[in-house]
Amino acid sequence: MKLHEYQAKQLLAAAGVPIQRGRSAKTPEEAAQAYETVKREAGGGAGFACNIKAQLHAGGRGKAGGIQVAASAVEAAERSKALLGKRLVTKQTGPDGLPVSAVLVDERLSGGIELYLAVTIDRSKAMPAFLASRSGGVDIEEVAAKDADAIVRVPVDIDRGLDTAGEDQLLNALGLTGPAAEAGRRILRSLWTAFLATDASLIELNPLVLAPDGRVLPLDAKMTVDDNALFRHPDLAALRDESQEHPLELQAGRIGISYVGLDGTIGCLVNGAGLAMATNDIIKLCGGTPANFLDVGGGANVEQVTQAFQIILADARVKAVLVNIFGGIMRCDWIAQGLLNATQQLQVKVPIVVRLQGTNVEEGRRLLKDAHRLNLISCDELEDAARKVVELARS
Amino acid sequence: MSILVGKDTRVLVQGITGQAGAFHTEKMLEYGTQVVAGVTPGKAGEKVHGVPVYNSVREAVAASGANTAISFVPAKFAYQAALDVIEAKLPLLVIITEGLPTLDMVRIKKRLGSTRLIGPNCPGLISPGAAKVGIMPGYIHTPGPVAVLSRSGTLTYDAVFQLTEAGLGESTCIGIGGDPVIGSTFTDLLPLLEEDPQTEAIVLIGEIGGTAEEEAAALIKAAIRKPVFAFVAGRMAPKEKRMGHAGAIIAGGKGTAMEKMAALRAAGATVVESPAGIGATVAQALSTRRR
Repeated sequence: MKLHEYQAKQLLAAAGVPIQRGRSAKTPEEAAQAYETVKREAGGGAGFACNIKAQLHAGGRGKAGGIQVAASAVEAAERSKALLGKRLVTKQTGPDGLPVSAVLVDERLSGGIELYLAVTIDRSKAMPAFLASRSGGVDIEEVAAKDADAIVRVPVDIDRGLDTAGEDQLLNALGLTGPAAEAGRRILRSLWTAFLATDASLIELNPLVLAPDGRVLPLDAKMTVDDNALFRHPDLAALRDESQEHPLELQAGRIGISYVGLDGTIGCLVNGAGLAMATNDIIKLCGGTPANFLDVGGGANVEQVTQAFQIILADARVKAVLVNIFGGIMRCDWIAQGLLNATQQLQVKVPIVVRLQGTNVEEGRRLLKDAHRLNLISCDELEDAARKVVELARS
Repeated sequence: MSILVGKDTRVLVQGITGQAGAFHTEKMLEYGTQVVAGVTPGKAGEKVHGVPVYNSVREAVAASGANTAISFVPAKFAYQAALDVIEAKLPLLVIITEGLPTLDMVRIKKRLGSTRLIGPNCPGLISPGAAKVGIMPGYIHTPGPVAVLSRSGTLTYDAVFQLTEAGLGESTCIGIGGDPVIGSTFTDLLPLLEEDPQTEAIVLIGEIGGTAEEEAAALIKAAIRKPVFAFVAGRMAPKEKRMGHAGAIIAGGKGTAMEKMAALRAAGATVVESPAGIGATVAQALSTRRR
């Protein structure tokens, strides 16, 4: 689950990471108040400048006008008004953009050296790892692509945490010396505390800035916490911002179905994530475009099949649907019955190609055949089914 | 003679009195697996499909001589359940459960000692004709020369079905799981298959996310002489989106299906383009080899 910058910064501050003075705001009035608070805390005078930063679950907002400057409470309200409630389109959001549900009003810091620091899970080593680089404030993927040595990776024992040698290695990678190194060391420890305490998958400080006055602090913070661990973090679960999620994905998630919207014309209903990905793949191979990824899960009763169809068909671009079910524990005749009931109930008009395989497949196929539905076509082989649905979507 | 599970496997089911535990205990017994004990704290003395239930792994092992554990314990309690098996020093633990926190898996993996872990979030493993320690449908399998290692569930069944229909059979099929941190990766298991006399060919089913396939490619190039056939799911996946499995995500630009396919191809594996072509490709290649 992704967190907003302002939420991440609050959590990091609680763990001891120094952050800029700032307040989040959900309305222009709150933004004006936030400006006054930050100005007062910073001991600022007239013309004190604050950032007004759009809060959304995607990067690239700077180039998209998502970071503004305000030098008065009135300006803070005006800049926020222009951002709040609107959709911001950045390089990372896709063409529809994401709604800006809040802004972060924080003190401007200029100058300084921009560094990169992150903690994440190294899947290959099955350990957490710190990543550090002197190339901060830029796209870290590009840095990695150009020069892998520019990023230093230090794996961390889950029980022992970073030892002094590991800390030194990271501080050296960041180019921090003297008092700045000590500030950096404290940040490393706080970051580790926060990572464990929140069951994070990623905490990324980009940039982490060595300010001209010697302070070391993150200007931006990106945090993702492990969905599988939310059961033991109700406080974090409460931070979820559903406005940042695709409505159909949200709806599907609520009923235990995995759904990802794509941009094609062929809806897919499959049991199993790997099989669902493979079904999308074979549609593409046969010249079609999948409209979605959907894993209906091991349950796949009539209820879930109906809801899955509703979600698929909520996408107006869908011209045909491919149902690919390999029945293991789930019997094909039950799936077939579920399909018949669901499509009847929803009065589905688009053609549906059904490929069933596995337990009780003959009974399942017979049920479909005997129902004599004009728009329900049975195909035994996956490739035939894919070709058929691609053809139907074209016509 | 297949790997990891066979006629000598004696299975202990953790979470045996739960819905999934009870259902699959029956299915494993039907398949001919020796399911010798179950564990649900507080339910000692009960029987599930004739299998005696104990309060703890230690008691169950002492009474039954179990040498393998399969866990259906819910995610919140899975860490402790795994530790119980590790403490009892069972050589093999299979965690079926989906939803374990990643840091719990990091801790479990660190503490494994001499216990091999398969999973979590997996269908388990099967040596056809000998033992099934998992939830896969037994009937689609038949003993034979092809091993299957897969990050998936139903996609694995589909591939196995294709192999069986093509007249080939399987030595051992292992679902390694869909999570970002798993007990055994492709590289952990490939050497066992290379040594297994029954296995003549290996099918590897990967997907987006992580570097398991790239690491497997490096090992295949260096040390695996048996033919490897690979399918990687998720060419259509957009970046930064979790495609069902917790581990199926292209993050930071890395972990795409195309990269994985390229690495496997470069290592000498045959990369199958279509998921529907796995059985036919393997059958064709093996019949050519035999001539």
